[in-house]
Amino acid sequence: MSGAVSGARGPAPAPQDRLEAALRAPAAAGRPALVAFLTAGYPLRAGFRETLAQVAAIADAVEVGVPFSDPMADGLTIQRASAAALAQGVTLAWILEELARAGRLAAPPVLMGYLNPFLAYGLERLAADAAAAGVAGFVVPDLPLDEAEPFERALAPHGLALVQLVTPVTPPARLARLAAASRGFLYAVTVTGVTGGAEPDPLAIADYLDRVRRASPRPVMAGFGVRTPGQVRALAPHADGVVVGSALIEALERGDDPGPFLAGLRDAAGPRAAADGEGNR
Amino acid sequence: MTPTELLDDLVAGRLPDARGRFGPWGGRFVPETLVPALERLEAGARAALADPAFRAALDDELAGWAGRPTPLTHAPGLSAAWGAEVWLKREDLAHTGAHKVNNALGQALLARRLGARQVIAETGAGQHGVASAAASARVGLPCRVYMGAVDVERQAPNVERMRRLGAEVVSVDSGDRTLRAAIDAALRAWVLDPEGTHYLLGSAVGPHPYPWLVRELQAVIGREARAQILVRRGRLPDAAIACVGGGSNAIGLFHGFLADGAVALIGVEAGGRGSGPGEHGATLAHGRAGVLHGSHSLLLQDAHGQVGETHSISAGLDYPGVGPEHAFLRDAGRARYVTADDGEALAALALCAAREGILPALETAHALVGAQRYAAAHPGALIVVGLSGRGDKDLPALAALGVGGAR
Repeated sequence: MSGAVSGARGPAPAPQDRLEAALRAPAAAGRPALVAFLTAGYPLRAGFRETLAQVAAIADAVEVGVPFSDPMADGLTIQRASAAALAQGVTLAWILEELARAGRLAAPPVLMGYLNPFLAYGLERLAADAAAAGVAGFVVPDLPLDEAEPFERALAPHGLALVQLVTPVTPPARLARLAAASRGFLYAVTVTGVTGGAEPDPLAIADYLDRVRRASPRPVMAGFGVRTPGQVRALAPHADGVVVGSALIEALERGDDPGPFLAGLRDAAGPRAAADGEGNR
Repeated sequence: MTPTELLDDLVAGRLPDARGRFGPWGGRFVPETLVPALERLEAGARAALADPAFRAALDDELAGWAGRPTPLTHAPGLSAAWGAEVWLKREDLAHTGAHKVNNALGQALLARRLGARQVIAETGAGQHGVASAAASARVGLPCRVYMGAVDVERQAPNVERMRRLGAEVVSVDSGDRTLRAAIDAALRAWVLDPEGTHYLLGSAVGPHPYPWLVRELQAVIGREARAQILVRRGRLPDAAIACVGGGSNAIGLFHGFLADGAVALIGVEAGGRGSGPGEHGATLAHGRAGVLHGSHSLLLQDAHGQVGETHSISAGLDYPGVGPEHAFLRDAGRARYVTADDGEALAALALCAAREGILPALETAHALVGAQRYAAAHPGALIVVGLSGRGDKDLPALAALGVGGAR
């Protein structure tokens, strides 16, 4: 589904290929990729584009969270951010306008959100408007592959990625199917739980991430519960990158400058970090 | 296929299909972590329900522990008041006081068979929570019940019953703090331990296989009611009427009469205090297609796909979604759905208590309003009403409303 698209649209790479390339590039610099999650319009609607640009200047891709009234895969932090964004009147249409106004960001944006607001917007209209706004793809946590065909069909003409998620309890045959279907990257959920919960035990998940990586033709991003440079160093040998979400939201809640926090995670396992002998492949 | 052809499939037992669909409705929209758990549950439930030994054990417990079959009671007072012949299918007489026990017992037995270490459940009015607590105790599994903080307040007697039955009750302070938030919280808890926990979902909603599984376990209501009315009256009713929140007691009653095309099937939703957004829980009347809690069905939502607030005097009907099979039955024209508002429900409750000596639940009172309306349009009709639960749990709410007793 993905391959034909870039050719049909001329020399510019399809958004999903740009996303994949952006997440592969850090390996050449000897560090894992960093994907940062940011709830749209959080902490405040005003100034969101500035926050977004700041995050995109450091991260390799940005997940822009589309708030939903019933975020069933999210822990308290993102529930809170979602509710705060909705209370300020953040809508999918507003998010797409903001992204369009932001112009080309230093890191490709991906929309992460629950299915119902996307359905309400209309899938074909969504794909067209997202492509026009510079979006590279989608992560939809309540849309398993078995139900994804209409969504994939809408995204395909625009070369937009639909990122699949795998988890520690995904059986091998299903892992192979999800890895083959995923575009842009493969999202490896590191815990059985919601976002921002228990910190994953790096030893317990090393074997899991190694299995995911062997199955995946795309870069593997490990996420859910990643908060510290130490975790990034532990995950780095087993994944192509990490996703940080709740910890970034919490930094914003505290009024911290997200720049140093994100840079610390980005460089935790790279050449800029003190050599710690763990090695990066 | 046309809705009518699909209806033939439904009557023949071919729906939901392999993907959990009733036509366009249903499916499985859940985080990836839950997909293997739902696949295991589906396979386990199919095997169990096809296993004569499991069915015999279930029937034995339904009879000896839950008190089935429940009576079909003639209601001469309501009949005289409404100019029809009204019979009440007495789920209020099932153990723990509502139809919820049929599903809770079946799923608890299933959970034990599938090796679950604990049971979690959500509850709105508290009836499903009480039934889950009791059934879990009966099969020897620990039980945790998620309940919206608003409902904890307005259904206090049931909170105490759950605790006495050994369940842990978790008051949910997020979201709308009612049934919808309780389901969100239960799903999040399930994601933490999808392999050791059985999620005992209480209505015919949620991801496949729940709408099917809950319907199969509630179908005993309609099977009994059909046999009983034939014995007592020698003919089928003109209408079978039940209240609809998620829709489990209604789907259970309706399934007994699905193949009997002449029997009108009528679901009654919560009309609340008006037809505007946030004033009711009437999803089939006012909802649009959408996805919530794992299922594609009708949904009360705003233009941006955010789930709408609801209101009903009855906690059990205070829900913005509805079971996918009801959306299908509406499309197919096999069932129709009406609303009863808060005031009508309170009046019907008072009449039933005064004339029949039966205090129904506030949810159930909505079904009585539907029967009253049907009787007005069809004088002399033979009507079976799903008397889904008893009203003891609502006494504090009734007192708070200043609703006096029958005089």
